Amino acid sequence: MTLRDFGLTELWFLVFSARWTLLLSLIAFAGGGTLGLLVAACRVAPQPFLRRLAAGWIRLLQGTPILVQLLLVYYGTSFIGLRPDAWMAAALTFVVSTSAFFGEIWRGCIQSIPVGQWDAGRALGFRFTGVLRLIILPQAMRLMLPPTIGYMVQIVKTTSVASLIGIAELTRTAVMVNTVTFEPVSVFGVVALTYFVLCWPLSLAAERAAARMDQRRNTGMVDLLRRANA
Amino acid sequence: MDYIFHFGPIFARWELFARGALLTVQLASASMAIGLLIAVVGAVLRSFGPAPVRWVIAAYVELIRNTPLLVQLYVVFFVLPPLGLKMSSSQAAVVALSANLGAYAIEIIRAGIESTPRGLVEAGLSLGMSRLAIIRHIVLAPALRAIFPALASQFVLQLLGSSLVSAIAAEELTAVGNNVMMQTFRNFEVFLMVGAIYFVLVQIFQTVFDGAYRRLFRWPA
Repeated sequence: MTLRDFGLTELWFLVFSARWTLLLSLIAFAGGGTLGLLVAACRVAPQPFLRRLAAGWIRLLQGTPILVQLLLVYYGTSFIGLRPDAWMAAALTFVVSTSAFFGEIWRGCIQSIPVGQWDAGRALGFRFTGVLRLIILPQAMRLMLPPTIGYMVQIVKTTSVASLIGIAELTRTAVMVNTVTFEPVSVFGVVALTYFVLCWPLSLAAERAAARMDQRRNTGMVDLLRRANA
Repeated sequence: MDYIFHFGPIFARWELFARGALLTVQLASASMAIGLLIAVVGAVLRSFGPAPVRWVIAAYVELIRNTPLLVQLYVVFFVLPPLGLKMSSSQAAVVALSANLGAYAIEIIRAGIESTPRGLVEAGLSLGMSRLAIIRHIVLAPALRAIFPALASQFVLQLLGSSLVSAIAAEELTAVGNNVMMQTFRNFEVFLMVGAIYFVLVQIFQTVFDGAYRRLFRWPA
């Protein structure tokens, strides 16, 4: 016995709920990217205090599950008089979590620029922020591109966690449609495919960008060993 | 701000948290072991297997890496039982977590395999080593060393990701947190506690992996 069949209406309803997944992803990317740049800058700042603060921020947020962070923000903030709705809680949690991951990814890129570039900038009279903005970041940008696109895939997938506090994005809608139609194969098949369509182009772009930079990955030894008569 | 923290009701239920943390560690460890097994075999076949096998593995990797773990959990939990595969929620969790980790680890190990210098393989071939011996001693051993740190951070992500299992009612740490919240209404204290336990677990796992790295790969690079 099912309440309704899985027809075109349900299919459309399901696929179209991806707009909330996209909106959540955009919020996380824009907010987390901005905050993440600040975190990365603090991570390489001349002041030890700022460096330690940023390191602690990253360690704390990368050391706890995003679901627990989300539940803490959503259910746990009433004691300071906040009663955030699900969207506020999700947006805040995703922005904060994304900032830690971008902060750490970008720190690595920034630090792989030779120290001489910093010295030269300082010698020319630039302050820290000036060197970072005008000399280091433009060079690091090339390195930052592939892992940043790659992490965007993670962001899109992570927004599915928002379903657990009741936001009717793709995953939540799937559970609801599955409850009334009881056609798990079609419902979750469609949802998995929708996520795949959102994520795969990004994955390919990230891979291509990385391959352009890293020539040493293909040494030709795989083909050699495949053909060998050993 | 006149909120008074009450950790009393939380500490009174320490046994629940301990049991939840234990199940979290068990789920994570089991899926790490199975996932690593999938990954080593999968990565070797992905590079050196016959073409159809390579395509199947590539499809598996792309499918898993471009869909959320939560959806994969739902697929295992809702789709497989009607097809005749009955599972407890913990079993479903291990299946989904292992399949997920396997795909990520295949890519990590493959990157290690493909960065083996061509000259080393040529040297092995001219010494008359068999293909399997070359893969094992010349390709895989240094590859595992090179990618161990990446693998370790993927394992830690796996530990954190296992919190999603609470969505299919496995009684691990996050699910315990949800239950205790409903019993005590000390929302903030509960999730602070749960978060702290995860944080400690992550530090422990990282320490163990660092120790294993130093112990396993003692030969000079």
